[in-house]
Amino acid sequence: MPIKGDSQDMNTDYRLEVKGGALETMTAFLRGLLEKEIVDALLVPMHTPAGDNVVQTLFTDPTRLENVDPIAPVLPVNSARLVSDLTETGAVGRLGAVLRSCEIRALIELVKLKQASLDNVVLIGVDCLGTYEMNDYAELARGSNGQLSAGLLSQAKEGRLAPSEGHQFRVACQMCEYPVPQGVNLTVGLIGVDTASEILITTSDELAEQLELSREAGLPPRVGGDRGGAVDRLVAERTAERDRRFAEFRQRVSDMPSLLAEFSRCIRCHNCMVACPICYCKECIFRTATFDHASAQYFRWANRRGSIRMPTDTLIFQLTRLNHMATSCVGCGMCESACPNDLPVATIFRAVGEKVQALFDYVPGRSLEEELPVATFREDELTSLGERE
Amino acid sequence: MDDFEPRIIAFLCNWCTYTGADLAGTSRIQYPPNIRIIRLMCSGGLDVTYVLKALLEGADGVLIGGCHPGDCHYQSGNYKARRRVAILKSILQQMGFDDDRVWLRWISASEGQYFADTVKEMVADLKEKGPNPLRELWGT
Repeated sequence: MPIKGDSQDMNTDYRLEVKGGALETMTAFLRGLLEKEIVDALLVPMHTPAGDNVVQTLFTDPTRLENVDPIAPVLPVNSARLVSDLTETGAVGRLGAVLRSCEIRALIELVKLKQASLDNVVLIGVDCLGTYEMNDYAELARGSNGQLSAGLLSQAKEGRLAPSEGHQFRVACQMCEYPVPQGVNLTVGLIGVDTASEILITTSDELAEQLELSREAGLPPRVGGDRGGAVDRLVAERTAERDRRFAEFRQRVSDMPSLLAEFSRCIRCHNCMVACPICYCKECIFRTATFDHASAQYFRWANRRGSIRMPTDTLIFQLTRLNHMATSCVGCGMCESACPNDLPVATIFRAVGEKVQALFDYVPGRSLEEELPVATFREDELTSLGERE
Repeated sequence: MDDFEPRIIAFLCNWCTYTGADLAGTSRIQYPPNIRIIRLMCSGGLDVTYVLKALLEGADGVLIGGCHPGDCHYQSGNYKARRRVAILKSILQQMGFDDDRVWLRWISASEGQYFADTVKEMVADLKEKGPNPLRELWGT
């Protein structure tokens, strides 16, 4: 997959020796970013005191990082939105942000949508080992005594990530083909790596020097295991699941009645829109009075059709949202996680997204240099559209 | 259904298509009255929400008219409209709807006859397809 920017081309692999556990080593490494003043503030997930959730936390004090856990398998919000908040009107100082692949890809889309900036931002991508729905995570966290992340790390070496007994990862994670982050300043590699003894750090020589990462002179890093093979295995498994779900959806929805059935339980709460990192519009038409119809209008509609579903405008909401954001959908699945009625919107939006993105050979989040399909055009494309047959 | 008269909603750009339609009128060219025209300044200013609204309200067909590529009064609005219509058609198709009810046509200000022919063509086509299934839709 093509990588954004020049910096990635000059990235080198480094071996970080694990001392006292992979998570402790990662924490010390991240703490170093603040201690060495490489960044002034660091956004990284941390366990809440209650212990049943892990939230992004903005640190300026390096001494407070004891409970951070960038690989805890839960994703309450897509951090792209948070980085947008932190950079939209100008970040203060240099910001370091520890993100998963889907968050980075969403962030790249938001930068292109002029809702975030990467100036003075150090993007740190961590291999994603999967996430559970929040309630599942809370239940598992209570019973696991903090061992959830460790359990996943040991499986990551082979590239086989299985959820805890009796639970499933979020649907979006089950079909995510991008466990390894791309387009970042520094990657923390865990998949295909023997994290009992080492962690793979991939970064520019400049950042490596600031972080005091060493390389044995002349030798490539001896990262145990077959990372390429492990990643390929995981991606193949996920891609198959993705294609299975897409095919299932496409077979299920083929006409009007089946389309209605698909959204039968939609209550227009707009939670999917609120949770979606790409839906940033503050003047979204669904937030205006356009859909506050006059009372008489409902009766007019009911008179015309004989009966109407209340509240109205469910389909137009879903279809409009599809049209407006499917070209930038990165498949993070926040929509489905946020839906109170478990509508399969992650699958729907990704499946529809796949086809509309293919119209323009576009992959959301792949590169900052690729223009958004809805913000550009080419004269020599779609030439039959608009012409008489 | 011999007595089915399709209802077409048209979004026409001010500078080309709307003027072309006006020319058809002043030239007294006859065309079916099934069309209801909404004037926009540019086809590029059309958000798909309006097209979806027309369809969900029961319009049998939607005609989007713009300037020929290269002739847009605002340089590139019609190119953006073209992309948007391509995306819309793909989505309608994927959601089980006949995307051929949405037409994009480039019609210039001097093409009064072409405008009339387009309307005739569309009405004939829609008469064959029958009414929009969304007309009877209980839940929109």
